[in-house]
Amino acid sequence: MNLHITSQIARTHLMSKKRQTLVAMLGVTFGIAMFITMISFMQGVNQFLEDSALDASPHVRMYNEVNTQRPSLVDRLYPGDSAFNVVYHQKPKEQLARLKNGLLIARRIEREPGVLGVSPQVGTQVFYNNGPIQISGTIAGVEIEREDRLYNLRSRLKSGSIDALRSNPNGLIMGNVLARKLNVRTGDKVSIATPSGNTMILRVIGTFGFGIGTLDNTKSYANLSTVQEILQKDASYITDIHIKMVDPLQAIPFGKKLRAMYGYYTEDWATANSAILAGEKIRNVMTFVVSMTLLVVAGFGIYNIMNMNVINKIKDIAILKATGFDGRDIVLIFLLQAVFIGVVGGLLGLLIGFTLSYLLSITPFDAGDFLSIKTFPVLFEPAYYVMGILFGVVTTVLAGYFPSRKASKVDPVSILRG
Amino acid sequence: MEKVLTARHLNKYFYEPDRFQVLREVTFEVEKGEFLAVVGKSGCGKSTLLYLLSTMDTDYEGTIAINGETVTGRSQDYLSRFRNEHLGFVFQFHFLLPEFTAIRNVMLPALKLGRYSEKEVEHRAYEKLKMIGMAEHANKPAGKLSGGQQQRVAIARALINDPTIVMGDEPTGNLDKTNTQIVFDIFREIARENQQTIIAVTHDPDYAAGCDRVIEMSDGMIIGSHENKVQ
Repeated sequence: MNLHITSQIARTHLMSKKRQTLVAMLGVTFGIAMFITMISFMQGVNQFLEDSALDASPHVRMYNEVNTQRPSLVDRLYPGDSAFNVVYHQKPKEQLARLKNGLLIARRIEREPGVLGVSPQVGTQVFYNNGPIQISGTIAGVEIEREDRLYNLRSRLKSGSIDALRSNPNGLIMGNVLARKLNVRTGDKVSIATPSGNTMILRVIGTFGFGIGTLDNTKSYANLSTVQEILQKDASYITDIHIKMVDPLQAIPFGKKLRAMYGYYTEDWATANSAILAGEKIRNVMTFVVSMTLLVVAGFGIYNIMNMNVINKIKDIAILKATGFDGRDIVLIFLLQAVFIGVVGGLLGLLIGFTLSYLLSITPFDAGDFLSIKTFPVLFEPAYYVMGILFGVVTTVLAGYFPSRKASKVDPVSILRG
Repeated sequence: MEKVLTARHLNKYFYEPDRFQVLREVTFEVEKGEFLAVVGKSGCGKSTLLYLLSTMDTDYEGTIAINGETVTGRSQDYLSRFRNEHLGFVFQFHFLLPEFTAIRNVMLPALKLGRYSEKEVEHRAYEKLKMIGMAEHANKPAGKLSGGQQQRVAIARALINDPTIVMGDEPTGNLDKTNTQIVFDIFREIARENQQTIIAVTHDPDYAAGCDRVIEMSDGMIIGSHENKVQ
């Protein structure tokens, strides 16, 4: 009953000051719309960066870490604390980066449950030479079909084709930024020099762009046998095994298992991309700080307007109190107005936020070579909308509560006596 | 006769700007159905006394009992409910809620009391407006009515819950002669017909002359109380 009558009074107050109500509402609307837009956009960026990093990196990478530290022979012969041995200028032992029986291991991993694809490969650092230009980079010798299954190379190709690599043993698919730096196009020849001094001339038959600078800038794909040939190794020489899982989260325990099984180093995607994941956390915090600020500013707007409202209505409050309305009724009358402003403004904000996000998501965006997107990345996530409306209502209730409490404390005598 | 209001040894001080005693040992009683006027010069404390009796001002010494119930020392919420049920107010400057229609203004205290359903309340409010001759203005916004009309609506509002006592602070102070007469007649009638008590602070000698009893105040004290002949 009380709620009924107080809500009637609240409604009348709101309706009689339409412009003021609208202004207060727009404060909330703007705050929440920006909150939705910002968080959708920021999270979209996060998601995009994470996806592009994860797409281009294996879930688990198995490799043989070349470790130059080894105990000296003296240490091995006379170990213990009783004496210590001093060895000067110990040279590292020659060690191959190869995985023994790499192809066999790859075949066995492929049969494990939960594995999406396995790509054994030979990776090495090289110099790309085109005329006088020398640029250092890496080359990966792969079985292109398997690599395609892991990284969806076909969709990353900017020119040329993957199939050409199979028909052309000396073909090379080059990162698009690298190709531009070398000033080569599909069909041009590039000379390649390995650290150990071997050179070979390859023909660029395609370019790819992952949207990740470190890859597009440095990496090329060639046939497994070609790279083995440049390195003058046999056909079983494998340095890396890249593994993609059906469920990325399974990669972390699976990597540990493989490490125990085969004794080679494994690196999972979370470790390899820890910088990106940390960046994401920081961006999340920033997004929330900015969004909260927007909502708090909107809250202060409502506080101001509600305060003005209470001051304007002070005579009415005195009258209501004189005719028997108690403090709680008065609080309710003004709080209901704040809640109404909050809810309606908030819903409107969600709508505008959604519209802005949508417009952003179809806005063309030229990110240059480093990011492979055509429009801004925006994430549409219902949770943000729930969060927006909740926070909007909570702020308005708080912002409305204090003026309402002030209203309930109005002394009718001092007002009515004039 | 039944006593509806008893005030004993009321003392009241103002502290701003200096400590100043507004009321001194005010003691009096009011009977049921009495039409009472409180007169006196400006600053004699008559309005202050009325606000003490209205239960809105609780900062005083002494005791006030209304309808046999001691209201001194009660909580604000209790007093709100008490006012709602037992007291009606008419002020000098009409004090309606301007955004509401006349009938809504009348209905509000009854809706708050919740004794009747909204339909019944509306019916009763309409009856009250009819009684004071404002029925045809029932659905106009209060802000659009003239001063005299607003004051009559305010009286209807004061009467909606059939209060024991109707209090008025210069109820005719802002009205012309015709409207003063209308308001006075309404008061006169409800006091006689419904046995409701009217206590009004007034400057108007004609108004005071028409009352059952006049209490005269000066310097915070009651200096005289005389009954007029029943007309």
